[in-house]
Amino acid sequence: MRRRDFLKLAGAVSLAGCATATPSKARVVVIGGGFGGATAAKYIRLWDPSIDVVLIERDAEFVSCPISNLVLAGYSSMKDITRDRSGLARHGVQLVRDEAVAIDAGKKTVRLAGGGEIGYERLIVSPGIDFMSGEVEGYDAALQSGSVLHAWKAGAQTAALRQKLEQMRDGGVYLLSIPLAPYRCPPGPYERASMVAAYLKQAKPRSKVLVLDANPDVTSKGPLFKRAWSELYPGLIEYRGGAKVVAVSAGSVRTEFDTVAADVLNVVPPQRAGDIAEKAGLITTNKRWCDVDWRTMESKAVKGVHVLGDATLSAALMPKSGSMANNHGKIAAAAIVELLGGRSPQPVKILNTCYSFVAEKEAIRVSSVHEWDGNTLTPVKGAGGVSAARSEAEAGYAWNWARTIWADSLS
Amino acid sequence: MHRRIVLAAALSLTAFSVHSQDSSGRNLAAGCAICHGTEGRPAPGAPLIALAGLPRDHIATQMRAFRDGKRPATVMHQIAKGYNDAQIDAMAAWFAAQKR
Repeated sequence: MRRRDFLKLAGAVSLAGCATATPSKARVVVIGGGFGGATAAKYIRLWDPSIDVVLIERDAEFVSCPISNLVLAGYSSMKDITRDRSGLARHGVQLVRDEAVAIDAGKKTVRLAGGGEIGYERLIVSPGIDFMSGEVEGYDAALQSGSVLHAWKAGAQTAALRQKLEQMRDGGVYLLSIPLAPYRCPPGPYERASMVAAYLKQAKPRSKVLVLDANPDVTSKGPLFKRAWSELYPGLIEYRGGAKVVAVSAGSVRTEFDTVAADVLNVVPPQRAGDIAEKAGLITTNKRWCDVDWRTMESKAVKGVHVLGDATLSAALMPKSGSMANNHGKIAAAAIVELLGGRSPQPVKILNTCYSFVAEKEAIRVSSVHEWDGNTLTPVKGAGGVSAARSEAEAGYAWNWARTIWADSLS
Repeated sequence: MHRRIVLAAALSLTAFSVHSQDSSGRNLAAGCAICHGTEGRPAPGAPLIALAGLPRDHIATQMRAFRDGKRPATVMHQIAKGYNDAQIDAMAAWFAAQKR
């Protein structure tokens, strides 16, 4: 069975040098080629080339959520934020373009939509988020008809939102609805409000950005965002905290208090771990997130399966960010190399850096360092913090961060 | 499979203890890669210097200067405060041992 699958895989991807691999060689299967999964796949190969790594990813290309808000403003393009994963093959990662549809943790196999089955010694699941669209009445129908967009997974939705902004009349209202935390990328919505405001200020100055935030106040870098809004976009951004959208229809949303009309509806629904995590029984908490052992990223629900990135039940003060997912991938890689080598994994200290653009050439940042405290990963006291002020220097570092983490994760 | 690993481990205990010492610096340094590039090698044209192959003492001294507020920075003064002397030394030694 396994032997046959291996041969099938070998036929599907070019496996120079792997034809002589012994069947007993340890194999790690990774589901999901984003910041978490791709990084884990690459770093396992870097740190122990004797381990076979198979990466299962359904999309042909990676489209980055970080920087996608700049596409909305016209400061970047879909081409800029679209990367291929072919560099991973140089490290000996076997790329399989397919979708994982089921996991049998007893037999240690993953079933693919294309019909195949792959066996593993250790499995990494890095599925990102899926939407709990049922929490917002009318959402699925509105999304289907194109009258509402989320653009919270970069790709076709990003391009469609840019197009809607370009088509909007001067004097129109762009409405952004933010779900209660936790959600993917805490500062992302506020960066988006800034970028759309920057575009409207220049192209359609009579227009307005209306932010309906289910949270009581800005959840990340609050003072820095608010200062940027009042100094750069006075009168252009209206921010309402504690405004949870409960229903959408063509041209308007309903909050718990009132109905609000707008020209462009960008409603970001509440989120949970991606579908495959749910199917595999990896979700442990509030029917949404996957709790893990932060020394290894191993699931607390299913042995031998490691969960990374936004899908995890985040440790204290740990954002659901690309930087964190990349670092989760390195924790899992280090742990799996030790475990498959018959040794005990050691905790890994990790760090987060999240940049947000507030203007074309100005950015702000939050950083933190997280260490094992005997129970979980916790921020190191006295380390980390936010930018002193928005600056061009941080915008330069933000672009460097994006290009570097794309390369560190994907090539 | 399992027996093979156990046997391999038993045969080269010395190698493994060296390996696990090495991996603490390596694992700490891996976090830096999101801005400084995989194994401390930034992309061509990046605004940051390559950490790979820099002298160990230089890296450690600069990290302590960031941490102690002696070298001004936009980001690194906040990050460096997350690491103790032993961790800074381990990272510096690992980067110094990498090919440029």
